[in-house]
Amino acid sequence: MDTNKNLYTIIYATVLVVLVAVILALASYLLKDRQQRNVSIETKQMILKAVHLAQDPEKLKKNKDNYIESEYAKYIKDTIITTGSKTLPLFICNIDSSRYYIVPLHGTGLWGPIWGYIALKSDFNTVYGAVFDHKGETPGLGAEIATAKFQEQFKDKQIFEGDNFISISVVKGGAEKGNPHQVDAISGGTITSRAIESMLKTCISEYLDFFKNK
Amino acid sequence: MDNKIYIDPLFKKNPITVLVLGICSSLAVTVKVEPAIVMAISVTIVTGFSNLILSLLRNTIPNRIRIIVQLVVVAMLVILVDQILKAYSYDVSKQLSVFVGLIITNCIIMGRIEAFALGNKPIPSLVDGLANGAGYGIILVIISIIRELLGSGTLFGIQIIPLNWYASNGGFYYNNGLMILPPMALILIGLIIWVQRSFDKDLQEK
Repeated sequence: MDTNKNLYTIIYATVLVVLVAVILALASYLLKDRQQRNVSIETKQMILKAVHLAQDPEKLKKNKDNYIESEYAKYIKDTIITTGSKTLPLFICNIDSSRYYIVPLHGTGLWGPIWGYIALKSDFNTVYGAVFDHKGETPGLGAEIATAKFQEQFKDKQIFEGDNFISISVVKGGAEKGNPHQVDAISGGTITSRAIESMLKTCISEYLDFFKNK
Repeated sequence: MDNKIYIDPLFKKNPITVLVLGICSSLAVTVKVEPAIVMAISVTIVTGFSNLILSLLRNTIPNRIRIIVQLVVVAMLVILVDQILKAYSYDVSKQLSVFVGLIITNCIIMGRIEAFALGNKPIPSLVDGLANGAGYGIILVIISIIRELLGSGTLFGIQIIPLNWYASNGGFYYNNGLMILPPMALILIGLIIWVQRSFDKDLQEK
């Protein structure tokens, strides 16, 4: 058979591509549930981390999925709040008698999206914990936002000065000692650090009306 | 079947140290042992099965779209591997991130298809693909063991170097931070090539 004819080439290409498309569509269809579950577990783990829960390394290693699901069901409540014309998601966490409000954050880093969660104490001012993650920041530089060392800085910082919302600045060259509104930026990760700062400002400011009415 | 098909790619014709193919991903994913092993397995599966499929098709492929057909088959296998990792090994798939997708561009795969699969029967082609993947994997694992041990003091995430040796705990030991960075992987590959060549005189140029 002459495999160099035009018609043969076109038919060959068409059949091959359709066949491959069917195989890939089938694979995607069959694996979708599991993949979505992985993503949802990861989100839940991040939310729990913002309030310093689900940190038992033994249980995480052995039976991570169930452990995260059960801790999440135990402590976190998903709510949707309405301020003005907007509806916003808010996660409420009850540990013993304390209540924390977890605000989801999303912004743009240097190479791709960055996101995170910040947990506020019930005064809506003091930060209880924060977590950040990223799609593709530079390892060792911008990617350091996902490390505990960077995130721990946010604990006990304040987002209000008196009645004014001033958020938390990520300061290049180091935060002033004792300033409750500043944390250290990452050396070599200036653009990612600034992205964190603007993400905090924009995302939290959407919730201000809600905070004030509480 | 000739023994050379599956023994040569492991040592004498190792894709990384002798043919110097597939260097890019061996620099990127060898910081820790676990992702390196997953990457090695993924590449082995893709090289093996792309060789097998294209060897089966080799007499039907229209010559003018030969490379495109190869790419379609390789891309399909890579997407399948990526989807399966996302479903069953999510943490590792996050660490490997774009590098799974970039298996498509791994020179070893196209190299073996062109050089072997298009001219040989399916079973030898499958073996050739698997052996080349394994040859790539061996080097990846060697480099990642050295890098993880010296760079982070761990293997498979388990602490190997005693914590009380560290300078921060009053000891004498520091992790070698350079090991975590890509240039050190390149230097390690160089050292491995040096060692291999000093043992195997056939590889030395006159």
